[in-house]
Amino acid sequence: MSITREDVLHLAELSSISLDESQIEPLKKDLDNIVNYFSQLDELDTDNVEPTYQCFDMQNVWREDNIEEFEAKRDNLLALTVESEDNQIKVPKVL
Amino acid sequence: MKIADKNTKAVDLVRAALEKAKKYEDYHAFISMNEAHALDRAREIDEKIARGEDAGRLAGVPFALKDNYLSPEGHTTAAAKMLEDFPAPITATAVARIEAEGAIMIGRTNLDAYAHGGSTENSYFGPTSNAYDKTRVSGGSSGGSAVAVALDIVPFALGSDTGGSIRQPASFNGVYGIKPTFGTVSRYGVVAMASSTDTMGCFAKNVEDVNLVMSIMAGKDAKDSTTLDDFWTKPLEEAKPSKKKIGLIKDFMGDGVDEEVKAAIYDYADKLKKAGYEIDEISMPTLKYALAIYYIVVPAEIASNLSRYDGIRYGLRSKNAKDLDSVYNMTRDEGFMPENKRRIMIGNFVLSSGFFDAYYLKAQKARTLLINEYNKAFEKYDALLCPVAPRPAFKIGENTSDPLQMYLEDVMTTPPSLAGLPGLSVPAGKSKAGLPIGAQLVGPRQSDQMLLHIASEVEE
Repeated sequence: MSITREDVLHLAELSSISLDESQIEPLKKDLDNIVNYFSQLDELDTDNVEPTYQCFDMQNVWREDNIEEFEAKRDNLLALTVESEDNQIKVPKVL
Repeated sequence: MKIADKNTKAVDLVRAALEKAKKYEDYHAFISMNEAHALDRAREIDEKIARGEDAGRLAGVPFALKDNYLSPEGHTTAAAKMLEDFPAPITATAVARIEAEGAIMIGRTNLDAYAHGGSTENSYFGPTSNAYDKTRVSGGSSGGSAVAVALDIVPFALGSDTGGSIRQPASFNGVYGIKPTFGTVSRYGVVAMASSTDTMGCFAKNVEDVNLVMSIMAGKDAKDSTTLDDFWTKPLEEAKPSKKKIGLIKDFMGDGVDEEVKAAIYDYADKLKKAGYEIDEISMPTLKYALAIYYIVVPAEIASNLSRYDGIRYGLRSKNAKDLDSVYNMTRDEGFMPENKRRIMIGNFVLSSGFFDAYYLKAQKARTLLINEYNKAFEKYDALLCPVAPRPAFKIGENTSDPLQMYLEDVMTTPPSLAGLPGLSVPAGKSKAGLPIGAQLVGPRQSDQMLLHIASEVEE
């Protein structure tokens, strides 16, 4: 497996990161090195082995369906945005 | 640690800490100071004591906070441009618990941006110097917290450890650092990195202080559904190991490990022998694959967790963005450090169709093999011993042009993280050049206090 320029551009798109030209070649080299390091896992026989997605086998954790006051107020949260109006966040034109 | 009482004023403790922080400013352990608020808090604590009220188990004790814990004073930056001006609207549960016992946050410490790194060089605000050699790294990602404790600015500091971010800087700066069992301390209000391995812990100068701080932070929190019931409840002397047997992992004592590091670990093993422990050198052949597993699983979780930084609800929004797509894409280009981008892109690579089975699924299966190997070892041994890192602190700039080389420094700290196990970094001497070396004790889940008990038996 080797990472190509097209792979880098595709991954940047999946990651929603716009890269200028100067970042592409170094990323290609670094990602290629890193991904090749992963190939050592081929030495491990994982047939019939279940994956571990979380260390503790937790099932759903439930709570009572009660309304609880959140510590931050709506105004504090809206103040974190660049622009808001009438309790709504403003963003540039979508279409 | 010194706790405020009728004779020791909180204001004096806090002032002394602030003065030391100023004196050692050039180490760049802190991103921002919390001076005015800290002194106000100290005066409140002193008044409480004067009135004869209980001011808490950490009354007036100054502490440093890794800048990825949210708390309302100042900005919580995660050492990233993305959050440079972010005023946290909530308080992390761990911080709330520590402050409820009277501790006083004097400043926020430096880290690799979003805790991605092992040297604190990935900070948007520049690196932190090692407490023993300014030309060397502090380690990371919780480098600032480790250095603040090593320089005696504060008696304890909070950190987070996803794959070594407390243990390795503790080792590089000659202090104690604990990464608790996954789920011990609530992660609520801490900037998320990898949800299946993020843990919250602390640095201190001795075992007793580590135990005190952790006993306060540990326990269930309704705001983090992965938290365990509080198990940090015993007096340390009662947290005795049952077998008095420790396995020395020989796979981490071979080629590529600094000779002085190996000698320090053998010395530490000898001390344990003198304290009555049987030490066996054992082989755990799956551990060496942990690094590859880690750098598949963790970036996948990072890619998901960092998708929230969209330039819309909080944090940076690119001034150059003209439409919604460029709000996302340009903000994330400008707000993330190169290492953040690499990890997000690796994560999206291993999760993308066509590669999922070969990388992500394969790694999660290998993770099961790793956990099985630990379980088998713990049938026979109370704890496992190995170095924290293959060598003492490296030079600033030495690894920055080769991310894979930087990752290889994490080879000994990532295995317990993937298995959710507690790991304790213990000072174990110095190299001839005077650089600290750390020993790592790893135990079964929820054996955290037992690890501290073992360390206390050989503490100097």
